[in-house]
Amino acid sequence: MAAVRSYLRRTGPAPAPARPTGTERSHPNGAEPAIEVERLHKRFGDLDAVRDISFQVRSGETFGFLGPNGAGKSTTISMLCTLLPPTGGRARVAGADVVTERGAVRSRIGLVFQDPTLDEYLTAEENLRFHAELYGVPPAVLGPRLDQILDMVELADRRHDVVQNFSGGMRRRLEIARGLLHSPRVLFLDEPTVGLDPQTRAHIWTYIESLRRAEQITIFLTTHYMDEAEHCDRIAIIDHGEIVALDSPDALKAEVGADRVEIAVLDPDAAMGALKERFGIEASISEGMVAFYVANGEEFVPLLFTTSGLAIHSVRVARPTLDDVFMTYTGRTIRDAEASTVDHLRAGAARMLARRH
Amino acid sequence: MATLLAPPPTPPSLPPVVSVREAGGTFGADVRGVRVVWRRELIRFARDRTRMITSFVQPVLFLLILGEGLSVIARTPPGVSFETFMFPGIVGMTVLFTSVFSAMSIVWDREFGFLREMLVAPVDRWSIVLGKCLGGMTVATLQGVIFLALAGAAHVPYDPLMLLELVGIMALMALALTAFGVLLASRIQQMQSFSVVVQFFVMPLFFLSGAVFPLRGLPSWLNALTKLDPLTYAVDPLRHIVFEHLSVTPAALAALEPGVSWNGWRLPVVAELGIVAAFAAVLLGAAMVAFSRAE
Repeated sequence: MAAVRSYLRRTGPAPAPARPTGTERSHPNGAEPAIEVERLHKRFGDLDAVRDISFQVRSGETFGFLGPNGAGKSTTISMLCTLLPPTGGRARVAGADVVTERGAVRSRIGLVFQDPTLDEYLTAEENLRFHAELYGVPPAVLGPRLDQILDMVELADRRHDVVQNFSGGMRRRLEIARGLLHSPRVLFLDEPTVGLDPQTRAHIWTYIESLRRAEQITIFLTTHYMDEAEHCDRIAIIDHGEIVALDSPDALKAEVGADRVEIAVLDPDAAMGALKERFGIEASISEGMVAFYVANGEEFVPLLFTTSGLAIHSVRVARPTLDDVFMTYTGRTIRDAEASTVDHLRAGAARMLARRH
Repeated sequence: MATLLAPPPTPPSLPPVVSVREAGGTFGADVRGVRVVWRRELIRFARDRTRMITSFVQPVLFLLILGEGLSVIARTPPGVSFETFMFPGIVGMTVLFTSVFSAMSIVWDREFGFLREMLVAPVDRWSIVLGKCLGGMTVATLQGVIFLALAGAAHVPYDPLMLLELVGIMALMALALTAFGVLLASRIQQMQSFSVVVQFFVMPLFFLSGAVFPLRGLPSWLNALTKLDPLTYAVDPLRHIVFEHLSVTPAALAALEPGVSWNGWRLPVVAELGIVAAFAAVLLGAAMVAFSRAE
């Protein structure tokens, strides 16, 4: 490992001035942002997938893009990774422009896609070696680096197995290991846990946390799982291609400031009317329940039972979650949003087909 | 207390960091890209025994069954068996099928996501395409070499020089054909459609190339078509070299190895190979351009 440690990262074609390894990415203030986005825009035909978004990701933070499927998360990540040219605006990643310095961006970032991109017929180690060579990892450090990275994701004992025999969680871990192999400065994770069972998802998150600490890198991730967004230092909520809120999970939740109460009743419309009339509360229907926000949920519920006269089957009171944050900013839960996005996409696909024929 | 006076401990051990060269756009990185993509094709070929065996059995069937069967009606001049005549043609066929279909791995890679891993790497697209083409070329040539082992069954001598020359020609035509396949693959997204399109092109290329019948005394329309088939200019040198190492009467040679003539001028082998090389260069360039634009 000592041999590996002695290698200094270079910031450009010329070697960086000698500095203690690792510090350059961890200095808290005055550092160049890991990602800088200014009025980035992407249009597909007459659909604006990403609309003039601007944000900055600080060096060393875990930054999450949260939104329903189809909100523009993957499109944004594709532009930041130089896979898709923006229609407008500009973005710098790890100090390089995503349009004019694509090569520099590419060698400074790691990418874990939403869909698997492993060669199933190669072994875990062959997949990593392929990647190392494409990214120019010096052969002298590759051996120890492979050992270390395979240890980190607990695949050391399976390194000579063909990927075809791996489970979904193992594949995902291998992909994350591969994304980190060349020590990128920014690691992009597009829906890193999609399609995995809850246990494996939790496991993957432990890896991501420990890898970030060990590697001191900036992580940019997208997710549509609310609970996963809690792992981020800051979150941008994206809906219909626009950032509707951007802050730390706690600050966002504090902004909601109220508990979410959901009641199951026989006649939702009557219940909504009663709530408005008696308590001045605007309720909405979400996933079959009447949902509303009150400052102090636990104290409100007894009051509701004694005074409303509604036939309530069940009650749920929850402290604000990111789901509520999403609800506050968009008026919908993320699941409702996805249901309507699917409809929207279907309509879009139908339009495109109609145009073609 | 004494420990407090000791020199401050070395800072907590920092994680190892691998230096990353700025690979994008540099020639060294691209050469590396070519090499690694090429090597992957070989690893996969070596591991895929089924493919190796089936691509060997097919030409054997053509040589033994079709060759034997057709020899009943096709009378060859005395001293030359029909299998001997077929042998170079079947060598060409082996290379043709293996090279064009090896390009299918690109369609496969796209469908299973691995293509993205290559396309986001800090290397130029052309190096990925060149790596694929060289990989397909190597695999097809190796497959052809395996088939050459059957020379004895077709009464063709195992002459080292002849075999070496055959391998050289196979490699050249394999490069051109793999590039052709990659060019198709840059436009075709689905594996089923790729097979269909490849069959559509491969069959005429094969039948018009002179692999199964000598290009002599044909109706003028057919004669013209055979001259448009680039494969003709690879199969003829293959057969020319094989026949050079047989003891054949001039009459038999004229009947079975008439060569390719343009307006009565018989093209020398060098010119024929030049045509194949030109095709290889153009197709390779087109494949590189197509790929830079397509994804």
